[in-house]
Amino acid sequence: MISIENVKKVFSTKNGKVTAVDDIDLTIDKGEIFGIIGYSGAGKSTLIRMFNGLETPSSGSVVVAGREMSKIKGRELRQARQEIGMIFQHFNLLWSRTVRDNIAFPLEIAGVAKEERLKKVEELIKLVGLEGRGDSYPSQLSGGQKQRVGIARALANDPKVLLCDEATSALDPQTTDAILDLLVDINKRLGLTIVLITHEMHVIRKICHRVAVMEAGRVVELGPVLSVFKSPEQPITKRFVQQVTELEESKETIGHLLEQFPESKVVKLTFIGESAEQPVITNLIRQFNIAVNIVQGKVSQTQNGAYGSLFVHLTGEQEELAKAVAYLDKQEVSSEVISHA
Amino acid sequence: MLEQWFPNVDWEKMWEATNETLYMTGVSVLATFILGILLGLLLFLTAKGNIWENKAMYSIVSAFVNIFRSIPFIILIVLLIPFTKALVGTMIGENAALPALIIGAAPFYARMVEIGLREIDKGVIEAARAMGAKTSTIIFKVLLPESMPALISGITVTAIALVGYTAMAGVIGAGGLGNLAYLDGFQRSRSDVTLVATVVILIIVFVIQMIGDLITNRLDKR
Ligand SMILES: Nc1ncnc2c1ncn2[C@@H]1O[C@H](COP(=O)(O)OP(=O)(O)OP(=O)(O)O)[C@@H](O)[C@H]1O
Ligand SMILES: [Mg+2]
Repeated sequence: MISIENVKKVFSTKNGKVTAVDDIDLTIDKGEIFGIIGYSGAGKSTLIRMFNGLETPSSGSVVVAGREMSKIKGRELRQARQEIGMIFQHFNLLWSRTVRDNIAFPLEIAGVAKEERLKKVEELIKLVGLEGRGDSYPSQLSGGQKQRVGIARALANDPKVLLCDEATSALDPQTTDAILDLLVDINKRLGLTIVLITHEMHVIRKICHRVAVMEAGRVVELGPVLSVFKSPEQPITKRFVQQVTELEESKETIGHLLEQFPESKVVKLTFIGESAEQPVITNLIRQFNIAVNIVQGKVSQTQNGAYGSLFVHLTGEQEELAKAVAYLDKQEVSSEVISHA
Repeated sequence: MLEQWFPNVDWEKMWEATNETLYMTGVSVLATFILGILLGLLLFLTAKGNIWENKAMYSIVSAFVNIFRSIPFIILIVLLIPFTKALVGTMIGENAALPALIIGAAPFYARMVEIGLREIDKGVIEAARAMGAKTSTIIFKVLLPESMPALISGITVTAIALVGYTAMAGVIGAGGLGNLAYLDGFQRSRSDVTLVATVVILIIVFVIQMIGDLITNRLDKR
């Protein structure tokens, strides 16, 4: 659905050249929810804006739904854009129009007849769960409701691709989850390809099939979400994965434990899919003469399966501890001894 | 009773003068609204980082606007005498005041339009572009509706300034309440005429402000 090759974007500013996107190749399949994660300034927005021609690449090619976005202009470009929906962090709704008229706007642009427009708008209002709010103005809606209007508007012309630039970054956690559920629902129902930018791993974990990690204009890691979670390679990816697997407070707890019991060990066990069902802890206690204390555990659902992490604190004789750790290493769960928090 | 308090006021004349003032204000406000929006749009669209970014064009329009905005109105009328004579054929009467009124007010209003347009969230314009909107669609369906409260409150301020300008134009020879107050009131030392003319002008100003506020509040859904 989307394929980009050797794409580069260089901005010339007063303080010299800024390479926002640095030689990226990507292929995004039809029906896929593809996440792009990176810290501020990594070039995520610049990249996604090239998908609908809001930005033209300095070099390389961007093909979306069979159209070479980087080459087309004028009417052809406008037509192509009608097949690509986009939602924004700050919603970007027209405050002078009601919810209904905001959703109708792209239909007006596409020249859809009034009757059909009204019908389509009602469908969309239902799809995003805004029944009864059609005559409200954006200023009368909550952030989550505004984003629902944004989504309905982006879907109005039955696009093939939906681009989301930090679509949930201005929302609270509950609302974020509700919007993400809506996106998954739309993806399943309409078979829509979704490209989503975020700096929260939670968003990637919850809805994406594949993820690309961006740093300084480059894609440094790419793969199915579950495998990136299981074995993140780059340091930046590891930090992102920690966002969802470790709680801030548990770091402190682990630090305290290791200080208090310098001879003990804290082990992080990572369960992927099936392995989550193995009785690893039971075996550990039965087979070795050690005490096992659970510090923190968490299971998260991703689009390609479950992913869990468990922090255990092991105390006992040095020898037994070493044997226990060796045992854990042999199991299907991956384990990692944490020496400092 | 009116006879007693205002012995020198010729009410028929006063009514006529009021109509002349309303006519001059009405026509010039309408023309200023259209011309000012055109100039304001041109300023906005050719400014840096915008759809028609064009430094030369922006500088020219901006200089034109600044020059005409800075010339005191009374001097502008005098400067425009040859132009007005060529256009209207005379320097007497309400129509003679129109060119100066419009040329004086449109640049002033154009700046307000530009400021109003700049206040529109860039993201909204970008969203429209992402939907595949043409520039004309962006102008008529995004820029103008989104800035309408600012455009209306701007034209209200301009209209009030124009009422003042018509009075000044009246002194020079264009009709209206200013003319009446100056010729019949001041020059013949009939202060009651001046007083009534002033009160009528005040009423016109209050009414304009009220209508302006009403429309602005109605439109503003932010
Ligand atoms: N129009 C522009 N002119 C000059 N530099 C730009 C422009 N747009 C982006 N940049 C630069 O390109 C780099 C990448 O910006 P971009 O907005 O793509 O980052 P991002 O990953 O989306 O960040 P954020 O998470 O903060 O939105 C930044 O260094 C930015 O300063
Ligand atoms: Mg961004």
